[in-house]
Amino acid sequence: MLNKSYLKEVFQSSMLKDVMQPNIMFVQCHLLSGEVFILYCVTIISKNYSNIIETLNFKRATHYNGPYTVLQSVRQFQQPIQAQKAGLDGKQVGKETLPPPFTVSILSDGPRSQRSLSSLRSLSDCGNNMASSFSRILSSKRNVGILSLVGAGSLTVGLLLNREQHVSAGAPVRRVYPASAEYPDLRKHNNCMASHLTPAVYAKLCDKATPNGYTLDQAIQTGVDNPGHPFIKTVGMVAGDEESYEVFADIFDPVIVERHNGYDPRTMKHPTDLDASKIRSGQFDEKYVLSSRVRTGRSIRGLSLPPACTRAERREVERVVVNALGGLQGDLSGKYYSLTDMSEKDQQQLIDDHFLFDKPVSPLLTCAGMARDWPDARGIWHNNEKTFLVWINEEDHTRVISMEKGGNMKRVFERFCRGLQEVERLIQEKGWEFMWNENLGYILTCPSNLGTGLRAGVHINLPRLSKDARFAKILDNLRLQKRGTGGVDTAAVGSTFDISNLDRLGQSEVN
Amino acid sequence: MNTRLDATMPFGNTHNKLKMNYTAEQEYPDLSQHNNHMAKVLTPEMYANLRDKETPSGFTVDDVIQTGVDNPGHPFIMTVGCVAGDEETYEVFKELLDPVIEDRHGGYKPSDKHKTDLNAENLQGGDDLDPNYVLSSRVRTGRSIRGFCLPPHCSRGERRAIENLSIEGLSSLDGDLKGKYYALKNMTEEEQQQLIDDHFLFDKPVSPLLLASGMARDWPDGRGIWHNDNKTFLVWVNEEDHLRVISMQKGGNMREVFNRFCTGLTKIEGLFKEKGHEFMWNEHLGYVLTCPSNLGTGLRAGVHVKLPNVSKNEKFGEILKKLRLQKRGTGGVDTAAVGGVFDISNADRLGFSEVELVQMVVDGVNLLIEMEKRLEGGQSIDDLMPEQK
Repeated sequence: MLNKSYLKEVFQSSMLKDVMQPNIMFVQCHLLSGEVFILYCVTIISKNYSNIIETLNFKRATHYNGPYTVLQSVRQFQQPIQAQKAGLDGKQVGKETLPPPFTVSILSDGPRSQRSLSSLRSLSDCGNNMASSFSRILSSKRNVGILSLVGAGSLTVGLLLNREQHVSAGAPVRRVYPASAEYPDLRKHNNCMASHLTPAVYAKLCDKATPNGYTLDQAIQTGVDNPGHPFIKTVGMVAGDEESYEVFADIFDPVIVERHNGYDPRTMKHPTDLDASKIRSGQFDEKYVLSSRVRTGRSIRGLSLPPACTRAERREVERVVVNALGGLQGDLSGKYYSLTDMSEKDQQQLIDDHFLFDKPVSPLLTCAGMARDWPDARGIWHNNEKTFLVWINEEDHTRVISMEKGGNMKRVFERFCRGLQEVERLIQEKGWEFMWNENLGYILTCPSNLGTGLRAGVHINLPRLSKDARFAKILDNLRLQKRGTGGVDTAAVGSTFDISNLDRLGQSEVN
Repeated sequence: MNTRLDATMPFGNTHNKLKMNYTAEQEYPDLSQHNNHMAKVLTPEMYANLRDKETPSGFTVDDVIQTGVDNPGHPFIMTVGCVAGDEETYEVFKELLDPVIEDRHGGYKPSDKHKTDLNAENLQGGDDLDPNYVLSSRVRTGRSIRGFCLPPHCSRGERRAIENLSIEGLSSLDGDLKGKYYALKNMTEEEQQQLIDDHFLFDKPVSPLLLASGMARDWPDGRGIWHNDNKTFLVWVNEEDHLRVISMQKGGNMREVFNRFCTGLTKIEGLFKEKGHEFMWNEHLGYVLTCPSNLGTGLRAGVHVKLPNVSKNEKFGEILKKLRLQKRGTGGVDTAAVGGVFDISNADRLGFSEVELVQMVVDGVNLLIEMEKRLEGGQSIDDLMPEQK
């Protein structure tokens, strides 16, 4: 029975004892029936948490029918908020303008509850004790106890959201037509999505939406619009936000298993290892190896991914990343070139350096909606030495590339790891973090890039080996793939190949 | 009557509620490089006013303008830059669309009323355009079925429903209008080749103007072509609009073409009404279609006509403007003329009735042919210069 005394009991749990100064408290309660209630109060919580109880208001939110996960979102808002300050005796002593808070909302423990806990460990304290309190609490075993206290339902606790109407956890979509009338015609299709999206799965998921409002139809649109090629099996779906992988797990999981050679996110864990010192013999013979390169992508937790992001979110990604990159020092210090206000000269230089990326023309990408509003909030950052490059808001929030001429892959990887870790540290200082979880590793737009999102490769001359009949088998055994030097879908020029790793998920970066 | 109207369509390329977490300023698109009707009109204040609104089916201002944001336009060609997702779009986003319509349709005001006249009897002449010059005559328009979302916004289920209704309606046509439907996704190689040879087949849109609005989603599901056995009356289903209706034939008998056009349209409208559906129409905007440029009559009546001499005359552009006509190459919009053969059609859509527009074409083409004959004979055409219509 959801009432004040019930909640008082909940609040008296150890979870909130450490809470010092969230600004507005909002509690989201998920009942097993699927109902979601949002409660909010506008009081600063002091050690006397009875204050909270007195000013709690009940407000019903919309339904969220999805499976439960632990971490729903971490979101930082930019506007300061007005909060009412309450003294220890519960009386209001005045209003105060507080700095922009961030929210952490945690849902109940479902089958994947363990997945997101580690993400909270890296939350830094940005002048607000709440973060570190939560990370302490949740990284311990106590959260399980807290959740069980709720009994008939499960508890989510979150910090301030400055506009209550936006706390709805994914408005479901009301349909006029039954799922069978909406089911796409996939008979001529050859992509991973089409292989696994049965009418039953579609019917189950078509009414769901992520908390941001992203729907299944949006996720699969690119696969419906692009039937694929008999020889090349594309993925055929994208994620609009981190929660997509959760809410639409019934289709994403089999797609991931197929695409990543049997890696099952429901049961397996992905190791992340960015310790470059572990690389052995990473120096290649420069008579053969012309250049070395490592690339990956990273997404900023709390902001939607390119297929779904609004203009303001995209601009926010740009702002957060460019700020962080501005803090890089030494051999990593560099400069940002925004696509919207690039000078002719800069543009030509970037083209000559082979750094410039264009508006995507591939229908695989444009049908997913990631080229909207081009070139707004897109840009390229690179260090002065031109060995470390970041693309912003192209196919993912960020694509990070480390490269240099010659065969010193160890150094390229070392710079790659160092740069990535620095950037991560810099965004954490401001209260942001990368999307990552234990089962899927680093979360990116396309399921094919989950895990490490890493492609490490060299441009190498192999005139004789490439003509050997066993070349393809050798590559397969080494878990490598070949491409032409123009990138994916190009042919090799002369006998120079681009040789890179085949896998993305299931193996760490070092491996 | 229509309970469909209060359901939210599942597809949208923006997250309506999510955007509201950010201020209007943060979300306002960067239109500094843009040259289209939408960009001229959409101020930050207007955007702030409109962004929390949505039509009953969930279409928002961001959906309306996406194509205009993604396609900055051309310094010489002014595109519209916005589309409608349903009939209510023109109402809910009046603040944006009224000035766009006014600008695009020669000063058509929000209070103006549009006349519809599909009585082919009212056309004067038009049956004897000189076949030595006029190679073919054609009239096309579009129609939308009330209660359904338009191509940028409709779901697969909805699009299929529109297709089914259209097939049902069209299959009841008889006489010289009797014909057959060819669904794009089930077409045989043979049928496809025949339709290409007849110049009937339409392809998946490639223009970024159309793609960015979302109307090519799920291609070719729910799309098809219907034509009568005589190959003079043709309907495109679910291309850029719900229905595009085309009447055409070789030669210069525009009257007959227009006659068939009106008869066919009226019959189709009747058949839909029998099933409880009507076309989207209102007093102010006439027939409602996806692109604001096609409102009113949605009519383009035109001929392929040989004008090698007139077209070289320095006053050609001016003459066309006075006659309220426009020229295109024979490949359609954005193509060049081949061998002095031009596609000449009415420039207006809204504010004139169908009969009036076809009359303008008939009268204008007759005048152009006279001028062509004069110039062939080396004579001047100064006395033939028209007044501004």
